[in-house]
Order: sequence, then C-alpha cells, then structure tokens
Amino acid sequence: MARKDGQPNVNRRKFLAGVAVAGAASAVATPPGTAATSATVPGAVPPRPSALPPSAAVAAAETGVPPTLPHAKGPAGSDFMVDVIKTLDIEYLPSNPASSFRGLHESLINYGKNTKPEFLTCMHEESAVAMGHGYFKLTGKPLMTLCHGTVGLQHASMAIYNAWCDRVPVIVVGGNDLDAAHRPPGVPTIHSAQDINALVRDFTKWDDTPVSLQHFAQSFVRAYKVAMTPPYGPVAISLDAGLQQEPMHENGERLYIPRYVPTAPPQGDSAAVREAARLLAAAEHPVIVVDRAARTENGVRLLVELAEALQAQVVDQGGRMNFPKTHPLSSPPTVLGRADVIIGMELSDIWSVANVWVDNGGEDGSGTREPRVKAGTRLISISSHEVPSKSNFQDFQRFQEVDVSIAGDAEATLPALIEAVKAAIPNDRKVAIAKRGEAAAKARAEGHERALAAAAIAWDASPISTARMCAEIWAQIKDLDWSLASYSLFQSNWPQRLWKMERHYHSLGGPGGYGVGYGAPAAVGAALANRALGRFTVNIQADGDLMYAPGVLWTAAHHKIPLLSVMHNNRGYHQEVMHVQRLSNRRNRVASLGNTMGPIGTSIEAPDVDYAKLAASMGWWSVGPIKDPSELGPALKRAVEVVKSGQPAMVDVWTQPR
Amino acid sequence: MRYRRLRDGVAAFVATLALGHGAALAASAEKGKAAFVSHGCWQCHGFQGQGGQAGAKLAPDPLPVEAFTAFVRTTNRAMPPYSEAILSNEELADIHAYLASIPKGPDSKSIPLLNQ
Repeated sequence: MARKDGQPNVNRRKFLAGVAVAGAASAVATPPGTAATSATVPGAVPPRPSALPPSAAVAAAETGVPPTLPHAKGPAGSDFMVDVIKTLDIEYLPSNPASSFRGLHESLINYGKNTKPEFLTCMHEESAVAMGHGYFKLTGKPLMTLCHGTVGLQHASMAIYNAWCDRVPVIVVGGNDLDAAHRPPGVPTIHSAQDINALVRDFTKWDDTPVSLQHFAQSFVRAYKVAMTPPYGPVAISLDAGLQQEPMHENGERLYIPRYVPTAPPQGDSAAVREAARLLAAAEHPVIVVDRAARTENGVRLLVELAEALQAQVVDQGGRMNFPKTHPLSSPPTVLGRADVIIGMELSDIWSVANVWVDNGGEDGSGTREPRVKAGTRLISISSHEVPSKSNFQDFQRFQEVDVSIAGDAEATLPALIEAVKAAIPNDRKVAIAKRGEAAAKARAEGHERALAAAAIAWDASPISTARMCAEIWAQIKDLDWSLASYSLFQSNWPQRLWKMERHYHSLGGPGGYGVGYGAPAAVGAALANRALGRFTVNIQADGDLMYAPGVLWTAAHHKIPLLSVMHNNRGYHQEVMHVQRLSNRRNRVASLGNTMGPIGTSIEAPDVDYAKLAASMGWWSVGPIKDPSELGPALKRAVEVVKSGQPAMVDVWTQPR
Repeated sequence: MRYRRLRDGVAAFVATLALGHGAALAASAEKGKAAFVSHGCWQCHGFQGQGGQAGAKLAPDPLPVEAFTAFVRTTNRAMPPYSEAILSNEELADIHAYLASIPKGPDSKSIPLLNQ
C-alpha cells in the first residue's frame, strides 16, 4: 500500500515472511527491488541522533489530522483479521486507542460493524486488561484487548501479570510498526520495538508475531486455544501495523480461517488419583483446601460431593468461590492443625498450607517459620499450576514437599477422584465418617455465632466498621441475584462470614498477582458480564485501588454498565501502614506520622479524596462520604435502585481500616 | 537461641509488672484514646478495638492489665512488640484504660441486620 514516506511499494508480507521475528530481530538482508539504504542518499540531510525528541513537524503529524492518503486497492488485510476474530465469538474489546493498530481499529468498527467484538473505550490499558479479567470470571469467555505495542503494553503489563497469577485468559494484541524501513518516523518509531512480546513473555502462556494474514489467522486461533486450555492464562500477539493496513495479497493461495475446537482440560493420572483416594478414605481427619479448584458451577457441585463423601472439612482460600460458605463442612484454616491428610487443589501456595510464617522474626527481621500441621500429616496436591511454570517471576512460592503430587486440572480430575474415594471407603468406616461430619457441622454453627457476635462490636462506630458496612450491603442485595466482584481480604472477609455465599458467581476472588489497581476495572468487567446475564454486581472498592486508574469509572458510565461500588474509604494504604509500623517497632523507633494518622507515605488524607464527586464527574450517581452508620442503609437502598435502572452508582463510606 | 532470648525477656518483664500496674492506677482513658491512635494500635485492631482479620479484638472486656502489658512488650506473634522506648508504661496503662472504658455494644441477636 502507499505509505506516507513515498518509498517504493514493497509487498510487506513477502518481506516480513523472510525475517526471523520470533525473538529479537537479527540482521535483515536488503530485499530485492528496494531502494538503496545507504546513508549517503543524494540530497538527504545529514543523519541525526536517533534519540532526539520528535520535531514539531513530526509531533504535528502524530497528533494532528493526517494528510489524505490514496485509497488502498482491494480489501484491507485488517478486514480479514476481523473475519478471523469474529469466528471466536468474542463479545467485547476494551481498549485505549492507538496509532499502531489503527488499521484493525478501523476495520472493527466499520467493516465489523462494532459487534463481536464491540469496542469499549478505556482510559488505561491496565483497566482494559483487568476488565477482561473480571469479565472472564463470570462468563468463562475471554475478551481481547488492543494496545499500543510499547507504551500501551507497558501500561497493560501489571494487569497481564495479575491475569497470569490468577490463571485467567486474556488475548492481548499489541500494535507495532515492525518494519523499520517503512514505519513513520518520530513518535511511532519511539513506540516501536523489535519484539514487544518480550515485555510480557515471562507472564504469558504463549505469544507470536504473525508476518502474514494467514499467519495471523493461525496465530489468533492458536492464541485463543492456548489461553482457553486449563490452566488458563494470558497470551500476546504482536501485530504489525503494515500488515493491518495493506490490502490482502493472496498470491494464489486462498486465505482460510482455522476452526477452533476447545481442548479438553488435563486430568490427573489414574494411579495417582487412586492413591490419593486411598489416603483420604483411610484418614481420621481429612481436610480439603481449595483456591482456584472450581472453574465453574459444576466445580462447586463436585467439591460438595467429594467433601460430603468424606465428611471432610473444606478450607476455601477464595481464589474462586469454590465451596458454599453456608455448608456445614465450610471451615476456617485452624482445622488444618488437626488434619492427618490434606488435599490441596489448585493452590497457588501449598507451602502456606503446611507452614505459618510470622513476620516478627527476632533481630534479623527475616521472620519465623512454624509448622501449621502436625508431624506426619500427609499432603496431596492436584494442580495445573506446575504445567506452565516459568522461572523469572516468583509466583510459585516456597517449595513444599508433598506425598502425592498430581499435575492436572482439579475440576477435570474431581469426577475420577470422587469415584475412587467412594470405592475406597470401607463399610466399617461409614459410621465414624458420619460422626465426623456432625462434629464439623457443630463447629461451623458455633463459628458462625462467634462471627455474628464479633460483627456486633463497634456496630454504631464512626468511622463505620467493615462488618456494619457489609451487613448493610447484604440487607440491600440479599433478595437479588448477585455477584460480589471484589475480594474481601481488606474487609476482614465479612461478606464470606455474613452473606449467603453459595454459588460460583457469588464471589470472584482477587487479582492473583496482588497488583493494586485491579479492583475497579475488574468490577466493571464483571458488571459488563452480569449486564447480559441479568445479575446485580456489587463491588466493595478500596480507595487506594481506585486511584490507580479512576478513568474506568467513565468507561462504566459511557457504556452504561450497571455496577454498585461501595467505597471502603479507610484513607490509607493499610497493608503498608502496618508494614511501616512493624519496622518502626522492630527498630525501636516511633513511627513518624507527619500530619496524618498513618506513618508518612501511607495515608490518603489531607486532603481527603471526595470519591462521590470524582464518580459524579464521570457520570455516576453517587453519595457520600457517609460517616454516620445510620445513614448508610438508606443511601445503599437508593443506589441499588439506580443500578437496577441500568446505571453505575457509588456510595462513599468512611470506614474503619479493616 | 532466638526463642530463649524471648523467654528470658518475658520473665524479666513480668518481674517488673508492678511498675505497669502502678501506672494503671492513674491511667487516663482520654489520653489512652489519643495514644491508641498515635501509636498505630487502630491500624489492626480498629478505632474501638473491635478487631478483625488483621488483629485480635481488644475491647470490650480487655485482658487484665498485667497480661495485656506483658503481651504488648513481648509478643512474638503477628503483632510487633512495643518496647518501652517507643511506648511508655504510662501510655500503655492509658491505652488499657481506654479499652476498658469502651462500653459493650448491642448483642448480635438484637441487631436485625445480623439476623437476616
């Protein structure tokens, strides 16, 4: 196609196909038929250092209205890319616009009619990826995002890391002007790279750099397939800007789109599953620990079946809603101390099942390790986490020896495990197992009574207690079909303790990589999913998290995504408040507070952020800050009605820290 | 070695509890509330000492002042210990007085929202 620089027209597909682009690009031979590449072109200005900032003319070309371009001959290559994308039934494409994918952008909204996927305007690439993260957890379907290859992908990288740690598929397509001889100079060149996928390769399952349209078709379908095969994970495609903008060149070879056929998840080895079942059936106090074991509602059902077959207590670490919190076998981690056999399923950290680390470790400050389980406790692991292991980022945690280690998807392995457990339980054990269940039910009921008593403490306090806030929210949503989009660690897990949390979609778990800034966009993505499903979405929004990229509030309002966000406005980064306090104590120094309540650098005060005004400025219904607990219920009731009408609403609540 | 030093520290401290107990006699709940905030106790335990996932419940009905003081000085659990150099015996006694002054809240069974 014609280019701005008027260089001879070169078939870029043929050119790029000859270039080794899987890793860092190496020396590229001059393609036949191209102009000489010498620096001594007659009439050319002397070469200038490449690191110079863009000139005014270049900046104007990047930011201004481009000159009229000649019409491309034939169908656009990016139209074919849209045809490929449409075969995979991707509903939405949250993205921040960028020049390096302008070809595909134009095709999506004009040729593709902006449906499947529908472009959702985002104000930060991290928000776009995190929206896909939250959306997947409710639908089981991935979203794709487009981002500028270098700057945009760097913005997106934290959210991609969260998706990696949380085993969530997101298809990230980064635009890139790979062809150095033809790409626009100035800003687009600064925004180009040899291998943009290198930025995220350590925390993506797979990536590719297609150099032809047919290559793109194979790459995209493969990317989708890899991302959607458990263990799920993000994938990346580097998409050359020229490939998007060129007309299709079939060169006698008809382009085709490979058919996507889902890959069945890997199931644990049969002999190892039987050995696990034997240990569990013979145990006096078996305990089941789950983190991301239930990928679907069926996973919850299977876990209930396994737990009831064994009358084993279940500790849900909450990466997903694995096990109903109202079930008599739902248990706190303290039950691990009595266990003689523990089976962990899809745990991100099995070491912490067997060990406790206390950040109070004497003078060297390295902390102390203590056993959480008694000596001789047998450990079983079923996990797909080991399958895509990589070296650099340390999401695999400390090494823990286990007695039976099964590489496989837990949900896919559960039917075989249940069958093996039922077969392995001897008849003379059934009475004892039933009694074990009765004791567990009694313990669970007593624990619930203690939770209610604890929630009553500081009931009328201001700032409002997190227990009161969560109880007030529950009163407003309990008769709806609801999802909690946020994770509850920072609210002392009150939703898990007070709400009837029973369905897989009732709780989505956390970010995975604990990258702050996930909460707000993931909640918007979850609400987007629930909009079509007719469910109500509530998000308990941490204040520090929202301030990373609050522009996602505008995205929610612009696209009419109904979401109730209740601000957990504790005016600080409380994890860090406590860390600095801890180190001050350890070093025998009084923590310096400055003019705030927390140690300097940890508070969000002076001035206090007015989140209601912030949300209102971006089109949300909002109220607050609410400091009197008696005002909270009525405010939430009004907000729920707004959300039910199809709009986002925020209630800003001044809260206790945790 | 580390644990032995901690045990020795506890023993030595318990021997000096009389000082802490004496301070408690003149303790001020008002000053204790201010110290509870300025020394960061609220961070894990909440402003009313109600506790939560990050810290234990302290009020109402706090531990006896002797046990409370011993724990604050010597804890090797999740809470970092506070030495006398950063939290005086007087302040600690005031904090205990503040916690002891916090009235018992309503019974959970009397709160409709906790019986939904």
